[in-house]
Amino acid sequence: MAHAATAARPPERGLDVYTQKVGMWVFLCSEVMFFAGLIGSYVVLRFGASSSWAEPNEVLNVTVTAINTFILICSSVTMVKAFAAAEAGDQKGIKTYLLATTALGALFLGVQVYEYYELIFHQSWAGSHGFTPQAGLYGATFFTMTGFHGFHVLLGVICLGWATIRAYQGHWGADNTHGLEVLGLYWHFVDLVWIILFTIVYLI
Amino acid sequence: MSEAGEHTASVASSDHEHEAPKYMLIWLYLFILTVAEVGVALLDVLPKWVIVVSLLAMAVWKAVLVAMYYMHLKFEPSRLRLVAVAPLPAVAIMIIVIMMEYVL
Repeated sequence: MAHAATAARPPERGLDVYTQKVGMWVFLCSEVMFFAGLIGSYVVLRFGASSSWAEPNEVLNVTVTAINTFILICSSVTMVKAFAAAEAGDQKGIKTYLLATTALGALFLGVQVYEYYELIFHQSWAGSHGFTPQAGLYGATFFTMTGFHGFHVLLGVICLGWATIRAYQGHWGADNTHGLEVLGLYWHFVDLVWIILFTIVYLI
Repeated sequence: MSEAGEHTASVASSDHEHEAPKYMLIWLYLFILTVAEVGVALLDVLPKWVIVVSLLAMAVWKAVLVAMYYMHLKFEPSRLRLVAVAPLPAVAIMIIVIMMEYVL
């Protein structure tokens, strides 16, 4: 009797979205909480100790980082173009745009490494030689937040590199776009977090 | 699986056929907003609170553009949009509680 009732019930409708995409969105929700913890702590610590915080452009290089932000935004465009090319079955487009996305992501990381080098070796803060993670709350929060974001970018670039290699093997196409879409979601999220981080850490 | 793939491609491609050109328009908006943010941040004539509010507004605007168009949320089922915005109340609660620890 119980079995008959179970068999007659229609299957769950779910989200009308394939499983991998739902999984990536749920993961991104957990990443939202992770970065919100970092950013929330930064806001509270800063407004509790505003006298020992630098103004924009006093320590951090806003111009270089603004260009870096633009590089990451461009990589989001190339990622979405790669996915559109995959949906259209345009193999040349997939390869070109994935290669461009990987290159732009790597460029972002390179510029950030250069920025870290300049800050640690050529910038002073509060009397200490070098702006390091040990340079008070300002240094600690800056390097923690941008460091974790940079780590996310690094993971993204590794996955993008792998996806690019697969593209050159002809793996992606109109009948195989899910992997690219899910990777694209992660990459756009990394860009989104940087948009918020850049504003709060560098501009405010 | 090929049927699901075809269905996804046909639905998505019909979304993307008229939507694809907007990617570059969104890129232009993001570029303009980034330049505007840097300009506002380096303006000393405005009161600090005006700078902070306008910077946050522009940052949220950029984030929403990326989420809606590049992450395709605008064209997804509303149930998935619900999943995507679900952490925001939790974020608000977490930040308010952290602030209460310091203020009270």
